[in-house]
Amino acid sequence: MTSASPTPDLESASEREPAPGFDSPVVGGADTPPLAGRRISVCDTTLRDGSHSVAHRFTTSDVERISHGLDTAGVEVIEVTHGDGLGGSSFTYGFALHSDLDLITVARRQIHNAKLAALLLPGIGTITDLRHGVDAGIDVVRIATHCTEADIAIQHLGEAKRLGLETVGFLMMSHMLSPEDLGLQASIMADAGADTVYVVDSAGAMLPHQVVARVDAVSRAVGDGVRVGMHAHNNLGIGVANALAAAEAGAQILDGSCRGLGAGAGNAATEVLSAALDRAGAATGISTLELLDLAENTVAAIGAGKLPVLDRGSVLLGYAGVYSSFLLHTRRAAERYHVSEAEVLLELGRRRVVGGQEDMIIDVALDLAR
Amino acid sequence: MAIRCAVVGSGNIGSDLIAKIRRSESLDAALLVGIDPDSDGLARAKRAGIATTSDGVDALLAQVDDLGIDLVFEATSASTHAANAPRYREAGLTALDLTPAAVGPYVVPSVNLDAIRTEPNLNLVTCGGQATVPIVAAISRVATVDYAEIVSTLASRAAGPGTRANIDEFTETTSDALVRVGGAGRGKAIIVLNPAKPPIIMRNTVFAAVPAGVDADAIREAIHTMVDTVQGYVPGYELVSDPLIEPGLGPDGSTKVSVFLRVTGAGDYLPAYAGNLDIITAAAVATAERLAPSITPRTALVRR
Repeated sequence: MTSASPTPDLESASEREPAPGFDSPVVGGADTPPLAGRRISVCDTTLRDGSHSVAHRFTTSDVERISHGLDTAGVEVIEVTHGDGLGGSSFTYGFALHSDLDLITVARRQIHNAKLAALLLPGIGTITDLRHGVDAGIDVVRIATHCTEADIAIQHLGEAKRLGLETVGFLMMSHMLSPEDLGLQASIMADAGADTVYVVDSAGAMLPHQVVARVDAVSRAVGDGVRVGMHAHNNLGIGVANALAAAEAGAQILDGSCRGLGAGAGNAATEVLSAALDRAGAATGISTLELLDLAENTVAAIGAGKLPVLDRGSVLLGYAGVYSSFLLHTRRAAERYHVSEAEVLLELGRRRVVGGQEDMIIDVALDLAR
Repeated sequence: MAIRCAVVGSGNIGSDLIAKIRRSESLDAALLVGIDPDSDGLARAKRAGIATTSDGVDALLAQVDDLGIDLVFEATSASTHAANAPRYREAGLTALDLTPAAVGPYVVPSVNLDAIRTEPNLNLVTCGGQATVPIVAAISRVATVDYAEIVSTLASRAAGPGTRANIDEFTETTSDALVRVGGAGRGKAIIVLNPAKPPIIMRNTVFAAVPAGVDADAIREAIHTMVDTVQGYVPGYELVSDPLIEPGLGPDGSTKVSVFLRVTGAGDYLPAYAGNLDIITAAAVATAERLAPSITPRTALVRR
């Protein structure tokens, strides 16, 4: 990232008090860090988006170790659910090894400081699933819809508030909508009770200037009382850069996952994001060194052989604007029906399929096989 | 003698119903009930010479005898039907419920109409249910379906405010019907809205887990037969590709059956992409036509 132009009324980097949790030795450049004085929250989704990387086969021991490590390192929010949210375990999205509730229950026992979050996609999960999540100990629910369909989250956001949860509206595939229209959708979620609204780059298709424009438009639309967040994917190799751009544009909470574990080329890696936020002068409350240890010693081992990479398929997701979790399903379908993975991804992009339409992957593969 | 029908709800589903009732020889469209005097649905019905009211169900119940209404189609929302159902019953009206309220038993005409036709309140499940339950029922006739899962994808423009406010009811009611009418051991339903322009035609995918060693040909034949039956009342209902029957791909070594369906609408109210409207309104009208001979028209009883 290039630094912002120096702002005269901010203290210089060398005079600044270290932020809470700011324990990495920052060396070099005397330019004013762009996020100096800003509090940036981090939500780690290793145990939700990362579930895609391991085909939803996290063991209870994986969840125990990762949630413990994240909590100890000072991450503010920890998300634990099937990759497609509560109720995601299915033929369409992949059957999970353990139920969402079992994994949430295991994480709950490890988490003492962080907030425990679950994801819910209306149309897949229901308010009944949400209530069970509350019983198992979630503090936060993130209600995700396609970026044009915010009104199907009204029911769920309202009920989540009544259940006493912190609420997040999660506008998936935000690259498909103009900043102004995305702002309108964000205000539907804010009006329905979302405490935070996210710009979600599900396809990893956005460039930093697009992130900035959308974060800016959403911030204006939701007003001061509602936080704005950013969920980045790394399909074009700029996950962390996009998250930082969002923060500079005013986002107050950023998603990441350890080692980037997640759909497609994965998310912005939380430990890299934390290091970059330190360098940018933000206060995150995270011990970057502890997070680096967790990523290196625990998550890399759990994800061995399955860690996201910037391979052809991953880049094509970002290039064609395809929902990141389609990658592994596409890879399996391409192999099974003897068609080209690249052709399937490009055709999915042409058909403008949206998140949740994983059933169309087999359909496209069968079409191409004919 | 045709039986006289009221449609409650002047949105997408109500307006599509009116178009289909007008074509039916055994049904008459007697009244369209809305709550918004400026709705497009009420304006169209008026132009077609059909009585309308924007004063809701109270206005309907006040005119049951005057208009000689025998049967009511509910095209509002789940909570509205839950409130209206006892009032219809009290007024002696047969109710066909197109919301996911599930007050009465589910009816899927190609599967169970004969078994439940005497009930005063029948529920049409959901559009996704009407598209997929017949397939699960067909597979159940030749194999044990331990688990059935469906994905319905609708064009955003074909999902009106009632559908949008009832997403949970949609998935729960559809899942339940996969079990109760489809015969599956467990059911799961997923709904996805796609905003692509031009709008996509309604798609439905059915996945079923059946025991290893099933007779794949019997399953295929049962599915094809059922598709023909549904086409009898929904002409735009078709298989996109031949069903896939893949041993070992289901949970615990079971066989996975995958069926890909497309429902092209008749274009009565919304254009052809809105197969979701057609499949549930066509099912409701087919049900009403089958009930018609057993309903004694109020006009034959009441002296006006």
